[in-house]
Amino acid sequence: MAQNLFRLISAIGALSLRIVGGVITEAGKVALFFTESVRLIFAKPSRFPEVIRHMEFVGNQSVAIICLTGVFTGLALSFQLYLGFKLFNAVNMVGPTVALGITRELGPVLTGLIVAARAGGAMAARLGTMRVNEQIDALDVMGVNTKQYLISPRLVAAVICMPLLVAVFDFVAMMGSYFLCVKLVQLDEAVFWQKIADFIEVKHINEGLFKGMVFGVYFATVCTYRGFNTTGGAKGVGDATNQGVVQSMVGIIILDYFVTNLIRFYYNIMGIS
Amino acid sequence: MATESAVSLRDVKKSFDGGKEFVLKGINLEIPKGSLTAIIGFSGTGKSVMLKHLLGLFKPTSGTIEVLGTDISTLSPDELTKFRCHFGVLFQSAALFDDMTVIENVCFPLFEHRRDLPESQVLRIAEEKLQQVGLDSKHFNKLPSQISGGMQKRTGLARALALDPEILIYDEPTTGLDPILTEMVDNLILDTHKLRADTTSIMVSHDLAAAFRIADHIAMLDSGRVLLFGTPEDFFNTDIELVKKFVNKGMKHQ
Repeated sequence: MAQNLFRLISAIGALSLRIVGGVITEAGKVALFFTESVRLIFAKPSRFPEVIRHMEFVGNQSVAIICLTGVFTGLALSFQLYLGFKLFNAVNMVGPTVALGITRELGPVLTGLIVAARAGGAMAARLGTMRVNEQIDALDVMGVNTKQYLISPRLVAAVICMPLLVAVFDFVAMMGSYFLCVKLVQLDEAVFWQKIADFIEVKHINEGLFKGMVFGVYFATVCTYRGFNTTGGAKGVGDATNQGVVQSMVGIIILDYFVTNLIRFYYNIMGIS
Repeated sequence: MATESAVSLRDVKKSFDGGKEFVLKGINLEIPKGSLTAIIGFSGTGKSVMLKHLLGLFKPTSGTIEVLGTDISTLSPDELTKFRCHFGVLFQSAALFDDMTVIENVCFPLFEHRRDLPESQVLRIAEEKLQQVGLDSKHFNKLPSQISGGMQKRTGLARALALDPEILIYDEPTTGLDPILTEMVDNLILDTHKLRADTTSIMVSHDLAAAFRIADHIAMLDSGRVLLFGTPEDFFNTDIELVKKFVNKGMKHQ
């Protein structure tokens, strides 16, 4: 009995070690892939036209979906807070509460999730298809540095576009909030804006933009890594896309907690209240 | 006088599992400059692995690989990237970039490596290469998905020729093609080789009839070693039982 229990515990221990070891190895590979891609951003020849092409895809083509999601997030959040704050007669605080929530949390996180699903998924699928169709091998044997040509521009595009998309999301969500508070539930317009101005500082907006940038680096790295290292045929492309999107989305939510703490830590050591 | 080698593999061994099992078990091969050499063999004998070593995509566990007098196994990744301009490769699937038109595909290596050339000249060279492989100009602005398999092969070959490489590699160029298209691709390879006397062509193929018809030299691989390297006549006159069996069976299937 005791021997069986001991065997079970050893098996669980061995399995846990294997899983943890696998995760650490994979994280190391992703980190190497990322550092190499970052180094190649500054290598010659310049890939500026590629960066612009990917910015158009990651940024421009995401604006419509970001606006749509942003406006309804602003509307729904404002309505919920209005219903809650009305219970203890604090409806004037709906504006700043929505503004704080949107700029610091919901703006970057929702933008990250949407863009990771849209652009990140497309990145993984595109690179995976290129891999299984030998297009990446063709680039390799043509003397093209494939990471510099395919990965670095996508990383740069995501890093530049994400804060801009977060800003768009913030603005549109606040317009949604304004519409609900002022036009639908008839709160005082001047009070709505004044309260936002009283509570919101530039640092809150910057915090969200910074998070957006971090999420951009994260999903672009994960999705390009998955796509670039696709093996197998169509199934491999599907798996790579699935893994890229799922790991990006889950990772963004986990990362959000740590980045929030990191920012608090930074504020503390800099003496920012 | 000994013939100068374009590619020279000396005792090349490759293991992917730290030396437990070797895929290449000591390849020795000298491919003469300007020749058309076919590499044949059963599936899983190491043909593709050997090809990837020639292109510097794999590093050998031991042994040396000299290409045009340079030991490529000692080159750094950046040096290898530059060195690969000496190669032109036609892939089994043609591997055309599906978001670029036919002409853009052929222009791509020129834009990458001949940045000194004005765009008009790059376009002129690309058109020349496409005409050289017999592709009609009405297809130049089509996407790869809008042209036939044969046209894709022609485009792939034009792209491989764009930089006037010293070594042309054909990776199973006729696998999966119908007999008419197979003959067209074989003739294309032969015509390209005749037109470019200085270019060394290496063709990895399962198509024995084509190998015997168009190649100057043939290397047969078995279990990670070169079983026989010689002219097509050497293969018909050999006493090696496995080669005889492979040739007889292969020719019957054609």
